[in-house]
Amino acid sequence: MDHAVLDKDTKVEAKLGIVDCDIHPAFGSPAELAKFLPVRWRDHLADYGQRSANPVVGTLPYPRMTPGNGMRRDAWPPNGGPPASDLAYLQEQLLDPLGIEYGILQPLAAGSSTLNQELGAAMCSAVNDWQLDKWTGPDPRLKASISVTQEDVPAALAEIEARIGDRSFAQIAIPPRTIEPAGRRRYWPIYEAAEHYDMPIGMHSAAYGQHANSGAGWLNFYIEEHYAFSHSLQSVVTSMVFEGVFERFPKLKLVVVEGGFAWAAPLMWRLDKQWERMRSEVPHVKRPPSEYIRENVWFTTQPIEEPENNRHLLDTLRWVGIDRLMFSTDYPHWDFDDPRYAFKVPLSPTERAQIFRDNAKNVYRLP
Amino acid sequence: MDTAVTERRPMLSQLGAIDCDVHPDAPGREDLLPYFDEYWREIVTTRDVDRLELTNFPTRTKPFFREDWKATDGKGVEKLRKNLLDPYGLKYAILNCVTAVHAIYDPYLATAVCRATNDWLKAEWLDRDPRLRASLVLPWQNPEAAVEEIERFADDKRFVQVLALCMGEMPLGRRIYWPIYEAAQRHGFALGVHAGSAYRHAPSQSGFLSYLAEDYVHQVQGFAAQVGSFVAEGVLGKFPDMKIVLIESGVSWLPGQMWRMSKDWRGARIEIPWVKEPPSALVRRQIRMTTQPFDAPRDPAELERIIEHLDADDMLLFSTDYPHAQFEGDAAIPAGFPERLLDRLVRDNALATYPRLED
Repeated sequence: MDHAVLDKDTKVEAKLGIVDCDIHPAFGSPAELAKFLPVRWRDHLADYGQRSANPVVGTLPYPRMTPGNGMRRDAWPPNGGPPASDLAYLQEQLLDPLGIEYGILQPLAAGSSTLNQELGAAMCSAVNDWQLDKWTGPDPRLKASISVTQEDVPAALAEIEARIGDRSFAQIAIPPRTIEPAGRRRYWPIYEAAEHYDMPIGMHSAAYGQHANSGAGWLNFYIEEHYAFSHSLQSVVTSMVFEGVFERFPKLKLVVVEGGFAWAAPLMWRLDKQWERMRSEVPHVKRPPSEYIRENVWFTTQPIEEPENNRHLLDTLRWVGIDRLMFSTDYPHWDFDDPRYAFKVPLSPTERAQIFRDNAKNVYRLP
Repeated sequence: MDTAVTERRPMLSQLGAIDCDVHPDAPGREDLLPYFDEYWREIVTTRDVDRLELTNFPTRTKPFFREDWKATDGKGVEKLRKNLLDPYGLKYAILNCVTAVHAIYDPYLATAVCRATNDWLKAEWLDRDPRLRASLVLPWQNPEAAVEEIERFADDKRFVQVLALCMGEMPLGRRIYWPIYEAAQRHGFALGVHAGSAYRHAPSQSGFLSYLAEDYVHQVQGFAAQVGSFVAEGVLGKFPDMKIVLIESGVSWLPGQMWRMSKDWRGARIEIPWVKEPPSALVRRQIRMTTQPFDAPRDPAELERIIEHLDADDMLLFSTDYPHAQFEGDAAIPAGFPERLLDRLVRDNALATYPRLED
């Protein structure tokens, strides 16, 4: 078996400013969010709670293996609160030692998947205020995501308009488990705004959705669900290509987050073949699907696939394209990828710079 | 067309290949009527149970079918002989009848249609050409009846496999189906999982998709979910002698899933303590895949890389997916397929997968 973790690679790494495209900031307590909510919604939350399609209240339907719904055991801040709720400890454990030049915040506060859409919109707005207040203001290395309620498009557009002038925000965040396939026209105004403002759409794997997590029905175990997250991302890519989103919005940037990336190559091969076979069904799709993907879609790397033979990953990297990949840690979750060890294959300094920094800087327009 | 593959053609016809995915014409009511008893004949007639065609896997979609095969004179076995059995020199062809029987809600109607379909397969196909073998269609809606159907055909070795859709009522690893696997294993049937959805659930986590092309792409997700289910629920360890064949699944997606599941298993195995080995080891030992479609990159030189990633020389089974349009001309073997594995692909692996298939 092949173990190509090279000492010289890790040293180069320390000097390379890294962009981490997936950091999950947490509330120290629910009051942190409530502070940014109008009284009407604060009261509503107190009286009714926040209802989502998650069948159980207050925890995950597929329980994780570590405390805090699947946190790194060493990520609990010494001063209390859940992992990634304390900026100082996040700096101490993640940003400083690993040389994170920029970190993209991916709040999982679920405003987007709240069933009461008006509450959801208020929560998204509050989460956006909270990111500025608690994170990006105190530490400009951190960049926020504009959380929006994609199912209420006018509310999403209003939120985008309200935030777009603030460069603390680096992307528009939408969960991939939309009620309708992501390429459907109902969502196009969001994509139109994203393209207009040159803001990437970030789609991060989501723990809840309103449809079964497989075409064969609900899965029973977390280990199944966890892999099926990548399926929701595959569906996003498939739907956006076949509905003609990238044909209509050729400058749109889509970042798919926390699904790994090995699946992207076989997906492109299959998409191209079916497009060739059934072009007459989708005449609005003018080019092979892989061409749109190679121009409009990027993949964050965590949870990176780990072949038994490390070098097999080199084929995957070649097939997906180094220019499509952006490093992410998923801090503080249990399957965190450490930038020093995640890639167990030799990369050239250029390739390393692309994956760990340059691609993300370009996509997110980071200085 | 790829010349290297064209040159293989005469060789293939001499190898006595076993084609593990051949579709008979889907039977309609008129075909099945002789195989129903009086009650069900009345029911299917009065209640218009006729065109048993899956919306997700239609039998009349033009781009799905090879024009040259369609144009051949004749029908049924005669046409199959002319198009496939003779020119490919097949030793066996395994018939997979993919119809909407799996999508029927009424478990008793589904059972009756399954029984009629299997009897029809036997009389109209298997009895008419000694090279034909078939999969039993089962009423998964009614596991007890499914077991009875396996028992009913246990002595007819021409049925070598039981068939399920990759997107049915529930993930196939669920315990409710284990009596079916117990019976299948006892009698040496493989479990075949074929592309297709009963539309009990949307094929995507964002609902039903606009285009058939998207549905076809999403078959992979159905298969991948089933692989996860077979691993996590413990089916692979519990029924070690029953091979599971993913049919018309595509191939190239599996290595990535094995890598991910084995990685996750290292961190999450406390959830499924009955799984004692990395999922990739279990999958390689017991899961098999047919090779059309393969979903390979355009450059044939890359195919061998995927074979190396699979890292299981006995995993792939030759198929044409007749009469579907998956390849042009005679290029049934994916371009770039390594010569050293050819015997395994076209024959040996199938014989090892299907204990009921005699060499």
